[in-house]
Parts: sequence; structure tokens; C-alpha cells
Amino acid sequence: MIELGKYAVTVWMAYGVSAILLVGLIWHTVAANARARRELKKQEDHG
Amino acid sequence: MIALLKRDLVLATRAGGGFGLAVAFFLILCSLVPFGVGPQSATLRPVAPGILWVGALLSCLLSLDRIFALDHEDGSLDLLATAPIPLEGVVAIKALAHWLTTAVPLIIAAPLFGVLLQLPAAAMPMLVASLAIGTPALSVLGAFGAAVTVGLRRGGLLLSLLVLPLYIPTLIFGTEAIRRSAEGGQAGVALMLLAGISAAVLALVPFAAAAALRINLR
Amino acid sequence: MSIWEYANPVKFMRVSGAMLPWTVAAAVLCCVAGVVWGFLTPLDYKQGATVKILFLHVPAAMMAINIWVMMLVASLIWLIRRHHVSALAAKAAAPVGAVMTLIALATGAIWGQPMWGSWWEWDPRLTSFLILFLFYVGYIALWSAVEDPDSAADLTGVLCLVGSVFALLSRYAVLFWNQGLHQGASLSVAPGERMSAIYRYPLYLSMLGFFLLFLALLLIRTRTEIRKRRLAALIAREMRT
Repeated sequence: MIELGKYAVTVWMAYGVSAILLVGLIWHTVAANARARRELKKQEDHG
Repeated sequence: MIALLKRDLVLATRAGGGFGLAVAFFLILCSLVPFGVGPQSATLRPVAPGILWVGALLSCLLSLDRIFALDHEDGSLDLLATAPIPLEGVVAIKALAHWLTTAVPLIIAAPLFGVLLQLPAAAMPMLVASLAIGTPALSVLGAFGAAVTVGLRRGGLLLSLLVLPLYIPTLIFGTEAIRRSAEGGQAGVALMLLAGISAAVLALVPFAAAAALRINLR
Repeated sequence: MSIWEYANPVKFMRVSGAMLPWTVAAAVLCCVAGVVWGFLTPLDYKQGATVKILFLHVPAAMMAINIWVMMLVASLIWLIRRHHVSALAAKAAAPVGAVMTLIALATGAIWGQPMWGSWWEWDPRLTSFLILFLFYVGYIALWSAVEDPDSAADLTGVLCLVGSVFALLSRYAVLFWNQGLHQGASLSVAPGERMSAIYRYPLYLSMLGFFLLFLALLLIRTRTEIRKRRLAALIAREMRT
């Protein structure tokens, strides 16, 4: 385990918050893309 | 253009035009602050410049959506767009009308509210001067925000979201000028920077506002 | 419909589709490597372990500003040349920029708590980032408020132009207002002020990682927007017939 000293909580919190924000952004991006792809495909198959 | 200005002033001042509402709002804001922070003059005095400027900002904001919304609804904005005067001129006149009906009463009433908030007498001229120099920029930037959001449903909330960040430099230099003169310091630099911002905004932003109007009227 | 409107997005879809797997792979590799390497650096003699936050804070802050600049360039290209992909790329970049600004603010606040003794200081750099975040929020809100896509692109383009001027103006106004606690640029070119190499190289790597991450997200989001636009066009055509 890496030595973090007395600031361990601070460091983990910073990494945690950043990870949550980034994962949220990536998830939103991928989900929106999949939805757009699906809906477009459905529309193209119909018409 | 003079006719347009006269028409706007008449529309704003007759019944239902909302003339004076901004001053009333300003009064309420200034009388609410002591309830929030406490009546001691030692606490009121340092925050007075900021409260007065933020109050002026918010009072200006109240009537911004009226700049173009009414004319857009009854179609006279389309007429103005095809009128022989340039749209940039229309924007400037509309902003001027907004300034005359909203900001000028505020500037006149401001020393009164300064007294309410224990602003030192030495800073009063600077309060009036900074408001007189800074508020034209608020009106023109507001006209830009109103032009962007004109035809939108629920544009009012979006308008404040777009316009308030644009007010930050004006707010900073305006309060800084008052604070410096209240502390007996040199307020000239802040006032000059404020004037610089106002001049640049007056010269350039009407073009952006007219561009936004053209897009919305397309 | 002119040839530009049709041909350009198709070409973009083809090129970006080919680029995407490589960009994603490189982004993941650089981000993970940079941040892990940064995490394994020794403790700073003054800041202790909090120096590790640097490897998130600095790249996020850099991207927060650069994404806005990219949006400005894309908006200008749209306003002048009317390339639809350009406007959609600006739209796609804005949420990424907002999240980067938020990360820079959050990591800055978490770092400042033990270092400056408070979560938030009205320091010029922090304040400027808060203002930048407000501009991002306004920009995104305007995109979602206007229904007609071309008007939305035009209006947000104009807003981006005006906003850029005022974001810059605010930056200097805030300096006038309050001199700060924040340290100067982390990657100063002046000799003697540079941070030591053990921190610098992982920082470069994580900056590259964040840039590639932005590129990958931008490509995906722009592709999403193009698909949405095409879907709307197809539905509109169906309604007509």
C-alpha cells in the first residue's frame, strides 16, 4: 500500500469525486449514443 | 429613431408598463438586507456598496424581458426589422429606453438607499457616479440577453442565467470604486475601468444583439 | 439540401468511426498510466500526499479552458462557413467542458481544505473558474431551450463569442478585485521555477490522457448529435409524405 500520510482522506476524496464525475460523463455519453443509434436504426428500418 | 424612443418611453410609463417597479424592488431589497445581516452599522457599512450594486443589477434584470418580448408578441418587432433604420440602432434605442425608465430612477434614488445601509456620506458621489457610468452597460448587455431569448417559452429564467455572468466585470469595478472611496482611497482607476467597459459594451454589443435578433426573426 | 449539408456529416461519420477505437484505447491507456504514475510519486516535502491531486486538477483545469477555446473556434467556423458538424461539435464539447471545470473546482476545493484551511477561498483563479462554469451552464441551457436547430446553433455561437470576451474580462477584473493565494502556473517555463521531473513527466502524461479522453468523448458525442439530427430529418420527411 502506498504511503499517503495524514492527507489520505483528502487524496482519496479528490480521486473519488473526479472518478464519479468522469464516469457519469462517460456513461451519459455512451448511453446517449447508444440510444441515438438504436432510434435511428429503427427509423431507417421502417422507412 | 426619436419616435421609437418616445413610443417606448410612453409604453413604459403608462399604466401597466411597470415604471417604478424597479425602484420599489430596490427599496424592498435594501430594507430586507438589514433583517438578514443585522442592523448594526458596523456590519452594514462594509457590505453596503456590494448590496447597492447587486440590488441595481437585480432591479435592472426584472424589466429586461420586456425590452423585446411585447414587440415580438404583437409583431411590431418584425416591422422594426424591415424599417429603414438599422437593427443595431433599434437595439441601441431600446436599451436607451430601458436605461431611462429603469436605471435613471435607480440612480436618483440610490443615495437614499445608501443612507438606509449606512454608506458613509463621502462615498455618496461615487455611488451615483459609478451607477451612472455602469448602468448603461447593464442595459445594453440586458438587451443582448433579451434579444437572444426573445421568442422562447420560459425565456425569463434563461435570460437571467445568460445575462448575470456578463454583469460580473461591471459589478466588480462598480463596487470597488464605491468601496475605495468609502475607505478614503483613490477610486479613479476603478471608475475609469468601469467607464472603459461601458464604452466598449455600448460600442460593440448592439451588433451582437442585432445579430441575435435577426436569427430569432428568421 | 446542398451537397455540403449531406456530404460533410457522412464523411465525418466515416472518418470518426475509423478513428474512434484508437482514440478510446489511447485515452484509456494515457489516463490510467498518467494518473497511476502520478499516484505512485513520492510525497512532496511541503504538501505531503496532497501533491497527488495535482495529476487530476491541472489537466482538468487545462481542458476546461481549452475546451471553451475549441467551442469558440467551432462556433466561428459555423457562423462563417456554416459547417453543420462544427456547430454540433461545439454543442457536444460543452458538457465535457462543464464537467472538466467541475472537476478542477472540486479537486481544488478538496486540496484547499487542508492547505488553506477552508473549502472555498474567493481567490482569483477559483473565482474565474466558477465564472467559466456559469458560462458553460448558460451555453448548455441555451442549446436546450431553442427548438429550431439552426437558430440554436447561431444563437449559441453568438453567445459563445460574447461569453469568451466576458470570461476573459472577468478573469482580469477578478485579479483587480482580490489578489490570491493560488500558486502561479504549474508548468512555468522560467528556469528554477519548474517543478521537479518526478512530478512533471507523470503530469504531462495525464494531461495527454485528459486531452485524448476529451477527443474520444467529443467524437462520440458529435456522432450522437449527427444521428439525432438525421433521425429528426427522417421523421420530418415521413411526416411530409
